Amino acid sequence: MPTTYVEAIREGLREEMERDPNVFLLGEDIGIYGGAFKVTQGLLDQFGGRRIVDTPISESAIVGAAIGASFMGLRPVAEMQFADFISCGFDQIVNFAAKCRYRWNAPAPLVLRAPCGGGIHGGPYHSQQNEAWFTHTPGLKVVLPATARDAKGLIKSAIRDNDPVIFYEHKALYRRVKEDLPEGDYTVPIGKASVHREGRHMSIVTYSAMVHVAAEVAALMEREGLSIEVIDLRTLTPLDEETILASVRKTSKAIVLHEANLTGGFGGEIAARITEKAFEYLDGPVLRLAAPDTPVPFSPPLEEAYLPNAQKLLEKVRWLAAY
Amino acid sequence: MTVAKLELSTDPALKLDADSSSGAKLSPRAELARRALYYMSLMREAEDRIERKLYRQGKILGGVYVGRGQEAIPVGAGLAARPEDVLFPSHRDLALYFMRGISLREVFAQYMGRAAGLTRGRDGNMHMGDLRKRIVAIISAMAASVPVAAGAAMALKYQGKDDVVFVFFGDGATSRGDWHEGINLAAVQKAPLVLLCNNNQYAYSTPLDKQMACANVADRAPGYGIPAEIADGNDPLAVYDACERAAAHARSGNGPYLIECKTFRMTGHSAHDPADYVPKELFELWEQRCPIRRVERRLLDEGWDSPAAIEAVHARVRREIDEAIEWAENSPYPDPSELLDGVFERKES
Ligand SMILES: Cc1ncc(C[n+]2csc(CCOP(=O)(O)OP(=O)(O)O)c2C)c(N)n1
Repeated sequence: MPTTYVEAIREGLREEMERDPNVFLLGEDIGIYGGAFKVTQGLLDQFGGRRIVDTPISESAIVGAAIGASFMGLRPVAEMQFADFISCGFDQIVNFAAKCRYRWNAPAPLVLRAPCGGGIHGGPYHSQQNEAWFTHTPGLKVVLPATARDAKGLIKSAIRDNDPVIFYEHKALYRRVKEDLPEGDYTVPIGKASVHREGRHMSIVTYSAMVHVAAEVAALMEREGLSIEVIDLRTLTPLDEETILASVRKTSKAIVLHEANLTGGFGGEIAARITEKAFEYLDGPVLRLAAPDTPVPFSPPLEEAYLPNAQKLLEKVRWLAAY
Repeated sequence: MTVAKLELSTDPALKLDADSSSGAKLSPRAELARRALYYMSLMREAEDRIERKLYRQGKILGGVYVGRGQEAIPVGAGLAARPEDVLFPSHRDLALYFMRGISLREVFAQYMGRAAGLTRGRDGNMHMGDLRKRIVAIISAMAASVPVAAGAAMALKYQGKDDVVFVFFGDGATSRGDWHEGINLAAVQKAPLVLLCNNNQYAYSTPLDKQMACANVADRAPGYGIPAEIADGNDPLAVYDACERAAAHARSGNGPYLIECKTFRMTGHSAHDPADYVPKELFELWEQRCPIRRVERRLLDEGWDSPAAIEAVHARVRREIDEAIEWAENSPYPDPSELLDGVFERKES
């Protein structure tokens, strides 16, 4: 039976908690309520209040406590109720967790789960894709799965990783994507992109929910004879540059696509690397499609105008194909 | 993961007994007073060299913060802490490092940015820690250590241990949200956390009455449902006693306990700060209460030590520090080829 993205994360958490008694969860409303998005539903019954800790509304304390517990040998998985509120714990993340190993050789193996993204009419405070805040901070691993299979495999890898991992779960994918998962224990490596769909004429480099937009466009263009390769980065830091460059060397054309707004977004980094390292293979400029530089608006027509979608991507694809 | 293995140190101050003039067995109180003298003297002398000599000579760079006049707080607490207890020092608690067996050599190398420093030159001066010795590096953002300490305390409880966490901070830090979030979380979790405030009456140039509208930091505790007490922060034995009460409370599962140590910062905020904004009379008043002089008087009045024995402690401290500074000055800087190492765990590929 196919497993949804949200179930996949839950199963990943459950299996890791069964495997390792040092793994515990903390966050707001994750116990009796099962989390704002029900990711942790049922885990309190199975593991009890010692390992599923409902906290006060204190993001900085949640992140800080996760760091402190990790120093003592535990494996905390902290939930930010919405990725938007991660800003309340920002200092602990960027100024402490990220720097501990480098500064004084004290690893902080923790996972911060952050439900992110738009398309659910959440408005400016419940829709953001703020991964670029953290990709700019050395010492953090930033992971954004797009599929149920990767969500489970990556949450397990994140828990086993010995460095702090920010795990962005796209809210619009929780119940929208599902697939049959491999039996039993499996992991997906952090720092490895996947070729979501193979193609020959153009590369779309993307991650998180936008992988599905890219796949939709790739399927459409296939009928027009344009073969598009979709690269799902899965992890932004550390970045799997090799997979990106290999794809671009093959196709000679690239579009970078993300849901976060354009300026200072991670797409700029990818475009720069392609240009620096595969310039002679390129048959056109590296294009970016991203959200415009506004907060995420609430009203449906505004939000639709804000989010990248298949229509907007098709325009870029056709333009670049004709270049 | 490689959980840092706990390395319990042998207390260098214990060696004092061998050095001391009288061979007779001392009362526990006398022992404490002697160890307090040694560590306070060590901290004062080390910091005087750092702040008043090496910094001015340009041999130490960056921000230099010392705990001049406040030595009784880390020392009293350090004497009460068990080796397995976890310490989160503030920027004015140098003695805690020595009490955890971190050597003078390592500390001076750290201050001089050398490879042998605790952070191998990655961070500077008092920004150092060592998980093997259960002493956590300072977090530069004031009060950020409180939630982290709360989490460490939650972990100790999770593991069923009766160890506690000591977290140190100044009066100014108690204005930050992290302080409140961390204490509140620890309180609802009944985490074994001892909160030690050094109320030295200034945060940089800002006096207490511009920092908070209540009279005492301890007044904040009832808002979190935790006990608090005010201690004489210039008496290491008073701090010790308060820490014993606090630790006993925390160890028996009752949650956090706040100690406000009243003291005074007998220098500028940092080495570049002449502290012109502090009225002279305050320095004069608090000079009378110098914790080192006080413990010396106690040792003499009780007949626990002779003037010669006390002078011998200071002489030993000076000797040890001379040696460590010379060693550190001659130790190598880190190699720039190591710049990129240690951002993430190194994986065998
Ligand atoms: C969040 C934050 N803001 C500002 C600073 C700069 N700063 C360093 S120490 C200090 C004063 C701290 O006062 P207090 O907490 O009373 O400690 P004290 O230095 O008196 O021991 C300030 C403002 C900082 N380190 N962190």
